[in-house]
Amino acid sequence: MSTAVQGLVAPNPPRAAGRAPALTFALRAVGPLLLLAAWYAATASGVLTEDVLAGPQDVLKTFGELWADGQLPEALRVSVTRAGLGLVLGASTGLLLGVVSGFTRLGEELVDSSMQALRAIPFLALTSLFVVWFGIEEASKILLIGVACTFPMYVNVSSGVRNVDRKVVEAARSFGLGRLAIAREVVLPGALPSVFAGLRLATTLSVIALIAAEEINVTAGLGYLMARATDYLRTDILALCVLLYAVIGLLADLTLRLIERVTMPWRRAVSIR
Amino acid sequence: MSPEVSAESAGLAVRTRGLRKVFGERAVLDGVDLDVRRGEFLALLGASGTGKTTLLRILAGLDAATGGTVLVPPVRTVVFQEPRLIPSKRALANVVIGQGRSARAKGLAALAEVGLSRHADAWPATLSGGEAQRVALARALVREPELLLLDEPFAALDALTRLHMQDLIAELCARHRPAVVLVTHDVEEAILLADRIAVLREGRFVTDLQVGIDRPRDRTDPVFVELRRRLLADLGVDSHAGTPREEVAR
Repeated sequence: MSTAVQGLVAPNPPRAAGRAPALTFALRAVGPLLLLAAWYAATASGVLTEDVLAGPQDVLKTFGELWADGQLPEALRVSVTRAGLGLVLGASTGLLLGVVSGFTRLGEELVDSSMQALRAIPFLALTSLFVVWFGIEEASKILLIGVACTFPMYVNVSSGVRNVDRKVVEAARSFGLGRLAIAREVVLPGALPSVFAGLRLATTLSVIALIAAEEINVTAGLGYLMARATDYLRTDILALCVLLYAVIGLLADLTLRLIERVTMPWRRAVSIR
Repeated sequence: MSPEVSAESAGLAVRTRGLRKVFGERAVLDGVDLDVRRGEFLALLGASGTGKTTLLRILAGLDAATGGTVLVPPVRTVVFQEPRLIPSKRALANVVIGQGRSARAKGLAALAEVGLSRHADAWPATLSGGEAQRVALARALVREPELLLLDEPFAALDALTRLHMQDLIAELCARHRPAVVLVTHDVEEAILLADRIAVLREGRFVTDLQVGIDRPRDRTDPVFVELRRRLLADLGVDSHAGTPREEVAR
């Protein structure tokens, strides 16, 4: 190089981030596709026999059959409704208590200790008790899912609210905003990242709680489908239900991430200057 | 010390040739040729958006240039406009970050140089703006840089603190003699501190002059006043009205 100078070096700046979206998508697809291929290879080669695990093509065929005769849509409707209602119930309880506990001193003193104590109870241990208290109908199931979803939401929201910039809160107060207005205009938007973190954890947990709730006395839903498949050793239906649980969780998570982008436009504009 | 080399470039700390930086359609830097000698204090002036900070970030190796060559010393440090201290580390730990345990004594010495020995154990959040910026300065100096990059380091400070900081920088740079590139939009600050002042406009240097005033410099010195007037004119400011022409035109 003609401009070489003794003792000097060219700086080594970080490479600009940003890959073609198509390539990113392809890279993300590699892992799941490999897993699918491994599953297919294991069942097609006979390493995994049908009584252990059905192959992906059989599962797909079963999906078609169950969908056509209406069993699957009905089961999905029932299960997703249970998980959804429980999630709404639990997440709003967690949100409310989290804001109260994070934002007010009195709220923290009143709410936090009991929430931390209740959080230590594994919700799975409550399954039978809830059946005794609330019966074998929908109420006990939805309440169990609700309880499970409350705590991750509460923990995240209360810490998110606590971490909201106090200086901005003070400024808002100096401009005459009341406590409710501050909570709505400043605290909640500021805590949104934590709210979404809590919501995503709660969503995952709602599916887990759904499975636990559907273990006992069900006459409809994915859990019912699984219970019957177990009686007849139908590994294709079992695998299908397992996959469907995963798909429900995945779709819920994707939806939340989409909402996250839409509701926090200010986060996309961040750059280092 | 580096051996004497006959080439005229031997005493350089910075060399850029044909440096370009394009954001979208706009060339913020459009063929910048810059040489800074070792131990030289260069002030970069320019209105906002003229690429001063962009140039400094390229010299620091934080951003990539779109084109041209850049050569800088291997050891270079930056003081940013904000202190940028790590809130979870105490002042001394911030100063010696990444330097290993043996740097403790040097870190304390650097804190003493900026007058903060007593605050070595303070958390950054408990420091005032000026103190935090002095910790940032100590963090930059403890690495014994050959090139010290200052990106409007006084801009967020109050007027009195700024005067103290300017004296401190002048004193420390005179003692350690790194090459310095100071980005600022304060013309007086540039004349007070720098050996040489360059003005950026539309991606190029429109002015590049030596400040031939003896130190310590007096703001009321007629040479100082004349230089200030000339630089303000280069920046597009009518020094009598004190109003930027651009603002009026808009």
